[in-house]
Amino acid sequence: MEKNASSESWPLWEVFIRTRQGLNHKHAGSLHAADAQMAIENARDVYTRRNEGISIWVVESRHIHASAPDEAASFFDPANDKVYRYPTFYNLPDELKNI
Amino acid sequence: MIPEEKIFEDKIAREVRIEPRDWMPADYRKLLIRQMSQHAHSEIVGMLPEGNWITRAPSLRRKATLIAKVQDEAGHGLYLYSATETLGITREETIDQLHSGKAKYSSIFNYPTLTWADIGAIGWLVDGAAIMNQVPLCRASFGPYARAMVRICKEESFHQRQGFEILLTLSRGSEAQKHMCQDAINRWWWPSVMMFGPPDDASPHNQKSMQWKIKRFSNDELRQKFIDVCAEQVRVLGMKLPDDKMKWNEDEQHYDFGEINWTEFREVVNGNGPCNKERLEARKKAHAEGAWVREAAAAYAGKKNHSSNNQ
Repeated sequence: MEKNASSESWPLWEVFIRTRQGLNHKHAGSLHAADAQMAIENARDVYTRRNEGISIWVVESRHIHASAPDEAASFFDPANDKVYRYPTFYNLPDELKNI
Repeated sequence: MIPEEKIFEDKIAREVRIEPRDWMPADYRKLLIRQMSQHAHSEIVGMLPEGNWITRAPSLRRKATLIAKVQDEAGHGLYLYSATETLGITREETIDQLHSGKAKYSSIFNYPTLTWADIGAIGWLVDGAAIMNQVPLCRASFGPYARAMVRICKEESFHQRQGFEILLTLSRGSEAQKHMCQDAINRWWWPSVMMFGPPDDASPHNQKSMQWKIKRFSNDELRQKFIDVCAEQVRVLGMKLPDDKMKWNEDEQHYDFGEINWTEFREVVNGNGPCNKERLEARKKAHAEGAWVREAAAAYAGKKNHSSNNQ
């Protein structure tokens, strides 16, 4: 057993819920649970008491890696000067239809 | 001002939400931990006065709704504890602070629920006051808090409606039931008015909290709004709010109201209300008696991890 798996610190899990068939799973919040099964059942009780979901994913928070917020400006910089990625960049005559 | 602080203040000014890993002033973090954990504790302690009536609810319908309401409150506590944890405080620390008396919870839950009508009065007045407080918090500047509040507000509306329905039924019942209804309103009215906290000029955190857009309205503004709404709603019940000085003020377009007993408020906040000891003891007992469950589940998870690692 890991040392921190003591009674006082069940790991933290992030909860993702698919609200309807056809939609993607979306982050709903987090909770503590001893294992994945308990995390799924607790997520059902905490986040879907009013039919908010038809599918739940849980992942231990320590497995999530994130981009650094203070480097966001430079990290996302490559997309800033590429207006040609948008359809409105292209000048076409009005008489051209269905495009 | 350091550059990070300038970015932070700029975000607040532009109504851009602050997220957990963003830089924030130490005082902002502290203020949020204080307010959010206090809010979470209130949801959890708030289950106790109502739980008192689950076994004695007058019908199956009332029992089912009361259980659902208490379950919601557990859920609300959990949303808020999780949101608080994103600020870098552990769940154990927040719960320890409640149990040691360092952290407060809403003083309203230190009043007893003496009759079934109290469940109605809590729904109408206590949840009504809570909603008044919580709706503007859906726009709080800290993202996880605002998102938790959106979920909570969606669910809270049923709480208030079920409370009013209980009172409405009693108000149309026998003389004894009408009396019970008025008695519950009499006892819960002033503590509910106090739920908005001390007056603005005596509220130590008000100004900072408004400046950082955690709160959007001051204690007194929200209190006045609550009183205006309730003064009208009570007529539907054919009951009276226990305030002789309450009357419509045409110039102000608000209801005037009587003196609030702030001495009582301070006494209850400082631990001398009718049920402070009982509530805290109940929380500590539940935590201590649940220790074996936490240990067993952790041991089971550990064992499963161990065997899957050895395969």
